[in-house]
Amino acid sequence: MSEENNTVTINLDGDDVQVTAGANLIEAVAPHGKEIPHYCYHPKLSVVGNCRMCLVEMGMPMKDRATGEPILDENGEVKIGWMPKPVIGCGTNVAPGMHVRTDSELVHDCRNGVMEFLLVNHPLDCPICDQAGECGLQEFALDYGRGYSRFVEEKNVKPKQVELGPRVVLDDERCILCSRCIRFCQEVADDDVLGFVDRGSHSTLTCYPGKSLENNYSLNTVDICPVGALTSKDFRFRMRAWFLKETPTICSESSVGCNATVSSREGVVHRITPRRNDAVNDTWMTDSGRSLYKEIDHKDRIRSFRVGSKEVSVSEALEAATNLLGSSKVALVGSGSCSVEEQFSLKKISDYLDAPTYLAGHFGEEDGLLLSADRTPNLRGALATGLISKYPSDNLKSLGRRLAKGEINTLLCVREDLLDVGLTPTQLKGVRIVYLGTLENQTSRMAKVVLPALTTFERSGSFINLQFRLQKFLQAIPGPAGTLPDVFLLNQLLAELRKEPATPFSMDEIWTEMGKRRGSILKGFTFGEIPLDGVLLDPGKFRAFPYVERKNLHFNLSDFRKGSNTSSQQAT
Amino acid sequence: MAKTKVMERKPLSWAERTYLPQIITGLLTTFRNLFRPKVTLQYPDERPRIPNDYRGVPTLVKDPNEREKCVSCQLCEFVCPPKAIRITPGAISTEETDRTHVEKAPKEFEINMLRCIYCGYCEEVCPEEAIFLQDIYSLNGYTREQMQFNKEKLYELGGVLPDQHFKWDKKRAAAEKIGLGSSSDEETEEE
Repeated sequence: MSEENNTVTINLDGDDVQVTAGANLIEAVAPHGKEIPHYCYHPKLSVVGNCRMCLVEMGMPMKDRATGEPILDENGEVKIGWMPKPVIGCGTNVAPGMHVRTDSELVHDCRNGVMEFLLVNHPLDCPICDQAGECGLQEFALDYGRGYSRFVEEKNVKPKQVELGPRVVLDDERCILCSRCIRFCQEVADDDVLGFVDRGSHSTLTCYPGKSLENNYSLNTVDICPVGALTSKDFRFRMRAWFLKETPTICSESSVGCNATVSSREGVVHRITPRRNDAVNDTWMTDSGRSLYKEIDHKDRIRSFRVGSKEVSVSEALEAATNLLGSSKVALVGSGSCSVEEQFSLKKISDYLDAPTYLAGHFGEEDGLLLSADRTPNLRGALATGLISKYPSDNLKSLGRRLAKGEINTLLCVREDLLDVGLTPTQLKGVRIVYLGTLENQTSRMAKVVLPALTTFERSGSFINLQFRLQKFLQAIPGPAGTLPDVFLLNQLLAELRKEPATPFSMDEIWTEMGKRRGSILKGFTFGEIPLDGVLLDPGKFRAFPYVERKNLHFNLSDFRKGSNTSSQQAT
Repeated sequence: MAKTKVMERKPLSWAERTYLPQIITGLLTTFRNLFRPKVTLQYPDERPRIPNDYRGVPTLVKDPNEREKCVSCQLCEFVCPPKAIRITPGAISTEETDRTHVEKAPKEFEINMLRCIYCGYCEEVCPEEAIFLQDIYSLNGYTREQMQFNKEKLYELGGVLPDQHFKWDKKRAAAEKIGLGSSSDEETEEE
C-alpha cells in the first residue's frame, strides 16, 4: 500500500500492481495491458456509466467493524469481500488494496450479455457502414459476443440518414445510446443541441427542434461515436477504414497546432482526424481544420514552375529566380505558414542577400478552444529562427512605403498574397516578384517567377505552436508530379545565389545548423528526435512579446507570461 | 558429398537387339485406341461441360428486381490477392427512390481481368452475394483496356441472380410499417 509518487497498489487479476491514485479502473489497468471494454466512457468527458460494458468484479480486504482488524481466512491471509454484483469500471476509482478481476467467468458473461443486448436492435449493416473496421461493436462482438443471434423478433426501425447538421449525418438504428456526443456538445463544445427522446428501446438521438449541430466542433462527435451512428458527410462512403494509411500531422489552421492524423490511400487524402495530445488539443479538433486537405486538389493549385506565363523546368525557374534576386533592391516576405526549417532557409537567404524580411500576421477571432486568434501555424517559428525580430502586425505598411519610394524593386514572396496584407497594386507596379506558394492568387498572377509549394500533407517539417511547443508533421502523400519540397527549393536557391553547387542535405543537418546559431532556442535535438507529441521549448526572450492569443483549451496568455507554457485549465 | 555408385549396364539380349517386341507392343496400343470411343473435343465447335463450381470470370449480379446488389463494401477489393479489383464507392442519389434506403452503391467497379487469378475469394467474402465467378472461361481482347472490365460490362456478364432474400425490400417494408419508409428523407427535413 504505497502512496509514493501518487500511486496506489491494487490487486489486478491476482497480481499486485501500481496504478495512478484516483484514476478509474479503465484508465488504471490500461498501462498493465488489461483492456476493460467500454462504449460510453471517454477519457475527456464526464462519466455516465450507461453502456454497462465495463463491468468488472471488485472487492476490498475485509475488516472487523468493531476492532478495525483485518479478517483472516484459514490460511492466515486477509479475506477479500467481493461485491456481490459486478461494478462498472468507468465509475469505480481505485483504492489502496482493491482487488479487481477483469478476466473472470462472471465478467466475460457480463460482457457477453451486454453485447447481446446491444446487438438486439443493431441493424448489422456493416457492409455500408463507414465505421466498419474501426467500430467498437465489431471489435467487442468479436472478443466477447456469442457469434450468432438468438433474436427472432423484428428489429426496431428508427430514422436513418438524418442530417443533424451541415457536416454530420445520423443513423439512429446504429446508435447504442452511449451519449458521448451529447456530453461532448454540453461539456466541450458548449453548444447543447443533442439529446435523447422517447423511452426504452425507442430512445432516439435527435437534435433540439429548430436547432442543428453546426458548431465548428461538430465532427468530433463523429470521432467519439463508438459505432457508425454519426458519420461525417465529407467522409461518408469515401473509403473503408482498413485501406487508410495514417500519418501524423499538425493542423495548420491556427497557432494552436492541433495534433492530427491524415488518412490517405495511394496518394489521396480522405480525412483528417484529431490525434490525442493532452497538452494541446486533448482529443478534439476543429471542423474547419479538417477540411484543409481540400487545398491539395484545389482548382487553383499551382502545379508547375513558371517564368512569366511559360511553364519551365525546375532548373530554369531557379535560374530565373536567381537572376531576379541577384539584383540589389531585394526584400523577402516570409510567412507564418512556413515550417521552421523553411523559415530558417529563408533567414539564410535574407542574411546572404542582406535583404530586409517582412512578415504579415493573419489575425482573427479566437473561440477559446482550439481556434486561436493567430491563423498561421508557425509565427513563433519565424521569431525563433530569427526570420523576424518584432511581432508582426497584420499588414505590411512599412514595406509598402519602401516600395513606393523605390527602395525595393524585387520581392521573394513565400505563401503570402501581398494584396491581401495591405499592399496596393500601384505599390507593386513594376516590382518583380518571385512567388512560392500552393495556390494561385493575385500575387502569383503578377509574379515573374512562380515556384509551386507543397501542403502540410505533402512535406515534412515542424511548427512551433502558441505554447512554444515544437511539433513535427510528416509527409503523407507525394506532391504534384515534378514538384520539390519547399525547403529543398529554398536551399537550392541559396546555393545558386552563392554560385555554389547545391549540396545535398537532410532535415537533421538543418537542425544541427540551427542549433549552432548563437542564442537559438532550437538547440539540442535533430528533426528525427522531435517526439510525435511535440516538445516544449523555453521561450526565453520571446515570452513577453505582444501575442494576440488570449485563452485557449490549454493556453492562457497571462500564465504564459508568468512562465508556464501550458495551462490545464479548461476554457469554457 | 554423396557417394556416387556406378551401375553396371546389362548388355541387351538377342530379342531386344531386334527392337521388334517394343515395336509390336507400341503398335498394339495404337490399334487398341483406334477402336475406342473418341475423347478429343473439336474446340471451338464443341465445348466442354463446365462443372457447377467452376471458377470462371468474376461478374456482378443483380437481384430479381434488377437492382444492383453490390453496396461497395470493398471487401473483395481488400481480399483480392493480385489486387485486380478497384472500387470507387459512392452514395445512391435521393432521386432513385426505389433504393435510396440502400444508401451505398459502387460509383465504379473495375476488375482487371489480366490480373485476376480466378481464386474466387471475392465471391466467398461478399456479404451481399453480389459477385459470382461464372462459367465463362474463354476471355480475350485486343487491348489492355478491353480486359479492364468496368461496372457496366460486369453487370452485362453477370445478369440476374434469382435469389429470394429480398433483404432490402424487407427493410423498406419494416420502415414503411412505422411510417418512415423511403420517404424518410422528406420527413427528417421537416423535423
